[in-house]
Amino acid sequence: MTNILRKMSYEAIVIGGGGAGMRAALQLTEAGLKTACITKVFPTRSHTVSAQGGITCAIASNDPNDDWRWHMYDTVKGSDYIGDQDAIEYMCSVGPQAVFELDHMGLPFSRTEEGRIYQRPFGGQSKNFGEGGQAARTCAAADRTGHALLHALYQGNLKGGTTFLNEWFAVDMVQNDDGVIVGVVAICIESGETVYIEAKATVLATGGAGRIYQSTTNALINTGDGVAMGLRMGLPVQDMEMWQFHPTGIAGAGTLVTEGCRGEGGYLINKDGERFMERYAPNAKDLAGRDVVARSMVLEILEGRGCGPNGDHVLLKLDHLGEDVLESKLPGICELSRTFAHVDPIFEPVPVVPTCHYMMGGLPTNIGGQVLYPESESETRIIEGLYACGEAACVSVHGANRLGGNSLLDLVVFGRAAGIQIEKSMREGYHAEAASQANVDAAMVRLNTLNRSESGESIAEVREELQKTMQLYFGVFREGESMQKGLELLRELRIKVANLHLQDKTGAFNTDRIEALELQNLFEVAFATAISAEQRKESRGAHARNDFTERDDENWLKHSVYYPTEERLGKRDVNFSPKTMDAFPPKIRTY
Amino acid sequence: MLTVSIYRYHPELDAKPYMQDFQIDTGGKDLMVLDVLNLLKIKDRGLAYRRSCREGVCGSDGMNINGTNGLACITPLSKVVKNNKLTLRPLPALPVIRDLVIDMDQFYKQYKKVKPFLLNDTPAPGIERLQSPEERAKLDGLYECILCACCSTACPSFWWNPDRFIGPAGLLQAYRFLADSRDTATEERLADLDDPFSVFRCHGIMNCVTVCPKGLNPTKAIGHIRNMLLTRAT
Repeated sequence: MTNILRKMSYEAIVIGGGGAGMRAALQLTEAGLKTACITKVFPTRSHTVSAQGGITCAIASNDPNDDWRWHMYDTVKGSDYIGDQDAIEYMCSVGPQAVFELDHMGLPFSRTEEGRIYQRPFGGQSKNFGEGGQAARTCAAADRTGHALLHALYQGNLKGGTTFLNEWFAVDMVQNDDGVIVGVVAICIESGETVYIEAKATVLATGGAGRIYQSTTNALINTGDGVAMGLRMGLPVQDMEMWQFHPTGIAGAGTLVTEGCRGEGGYLINKDGERFMERYAPNAKDLAGRDVVARSMVLEILEGRGCGPNGDHVLLKLDHLGEDVLESKLPGICELSRTFAHVDPIFEPVPVVPTCHYMMGGLPTNIGGQVLYPESESETRIIEGLYACGEAACVSVHGANRLGGNSLLDLVVFGRAAGIQIEKSMREGYHAEAASQANVDAAMVRLNTLNRSESGESIAEVREELQKTMQLYFGVFREGESMQKGLELLRELRIKVANLHLQDKTGAFNTDRIEALELQNLFEVAFATAISAEQRKESRGAHARNDFTERDDENWLKHSVYYPTEERLGKRDVNFSPKTMDAFPPKIRTY
Repeated sequence: MLTVSIYRYHPELDAKPYMQDFQIDTGGKDLMVLDVLNLLKIKDRGLAYRRSCREGVCGSDGMNINGTNGLACITPLSKVVKNNKLTLRPLPALPVIRDLVIDMDQFYKQYKKVKPFLLNDTPAPGIERLQSPEERAKLDGLYECILCACCSTACPSFWWNPDRFIGPAGLLQAYRFLADSRDTATEERLADLDDPFSVFRCHGIMNCVTVCPKGLNPTKAIGHIRNMLLTRAT
């Protein structure tokens, strides 16, 4: 089928208007490149807005002697040693500059008496390479840091004159005859028009995909669009089994309450009122790594010490902090708790349960955001024209478990880095052959099939089935046999997902069409997750198996790489070669 | 059973808008209005509305709920439903694209007009620009705006002059930067606002304060700008 589409041309396009996308777009616009930021929601509606506690970075405000190398040590340890140390080194060392830029852009950080940015303690933070006790390294704007950051970035882009294509949905990427990415096919949601947006550089900053699970802190829009576009094109994805379950999602609603609550002195209790984290992590207690805390909570619940009539959650105690601290440091949490848990944290504890929160995996990239194709365990090649940053990418700074506050740092540091890399590449005269009609047609196949559907599966039903399957078989604790059962169900679902019925075929603001496309994206991400989880036969970071309870460094001190075309899981070496220092060798991870 | 009456309009199918009634079983649960819309959408795939965070921080799902502007995701039925009836209309005063989805261009233009970004003509230091906790506290109640447009579309002055009156949301942000100790463009900002329409069309009706889902007070911010403009004139 030939699709004659209107064409728009840019030097660079950024898919996604969240923190990573807008930081990249700002860098590109300031470099003078003809850039468009394509975003399916108005930029300030992106999920970055929901980040609460802060952005972790060694700016040496709380502690004048703080050192980015200590932050690096914590991040490597937090990753359970499969974070790439060159990338972590880059993030932690460049971080302060990227955070100061945000302040200069206007981000209203909370302040210390000295007038510097306020920093609070978060989980997994230490001084002096784990020897100097708890650090306070998370820069905060009350408990609305993501909101403040996202708006500051949007405002910075308004000042810089960035072109936004707001409420445009990217369907699939266009690849020329040389296998080079040369833009995307996208739908203008308001009119329904489909356009080929041609670009020399395409940046995927499409965020996470927490909606593959039934219970998630993620926004409804987190459907893994960029990762799925990559998978459909046959690109491998890395560490997709690594999903972070945040310890404190509000039970029932799934909305997040920040780790900053525990940073400010809150703690978890079971039905006996016991502060149980003292048993699981005697030193760090409630500020152990998120994977550790989440597992401890689930164990408490499984062993009958959960709270509520069904014993299905634990409680986050905050009232001892007092009204002043709660209203000044955690005002958003008070608001969310009252709305979604019907409790006022000033008087009562908040019912919480581990909830899907963050995708550590994604499209493998180098530090400059260039998407990589791992050819073997030790070799990669660059996919020309394609970049990724933020949650959609796996650079990898989070490895098997992300530390709180590192996601916001990741997205500004690597959004910026992708922009810098693209600018460099364009200055060096980067050239790609234009797409042929056949190349554009190839990117239209999915949309055409959907638009022609006369009957088929219900979008809402298939989505619910998918989310239930992932929740049940690929949650906090995993086990081989049950994951194989889950995979079987997913294979059945794949047929349904290919046969969705688009009831509404009209143009203007057709959310039925967008939801169908998003569901297909969710499926691709879920399937990659399932294969990777089933085949990583060890427990590491967020990936905890009942049948392989130990970390296996001999076989699995590796990234997993899922190759979609062959449905095969390969491995890739982890980087242990930071530029300016010796690598941190793997140690037993305790808190 | 709850009766939900929803404003429907599809530019390709409908000559004019109409209200459509749905019956829905909420199972006795105190759902949020957004949950009700999501349930209806399972059956009526054509129903159009915006939503994203579903927790009141992204500002996507501002709509008129039983006569009052608010966010569907944080408005429980118990707070708004009377006589078992829920009526949902798009936010007023701006063009409707489809169903509950409005064209917000005019709203965003007024926001952009106030230069909602930090301007500082001194060289940036190697670290952050210092700001005392007291100076920072002046931004509380201002920076939290989520651009949902509940306030501006509830404002009669904005209804009459959407092109010339900045509106409560834009003015709240205008003051957010006037109040920021790190910003040096106070004079330029005030000069831009100094005309009969941009600020002075506010008549203190305070609908903005009543409807703001984040509990912010644009009228107060407008009062501060007014004072700054009057002080500047003398």
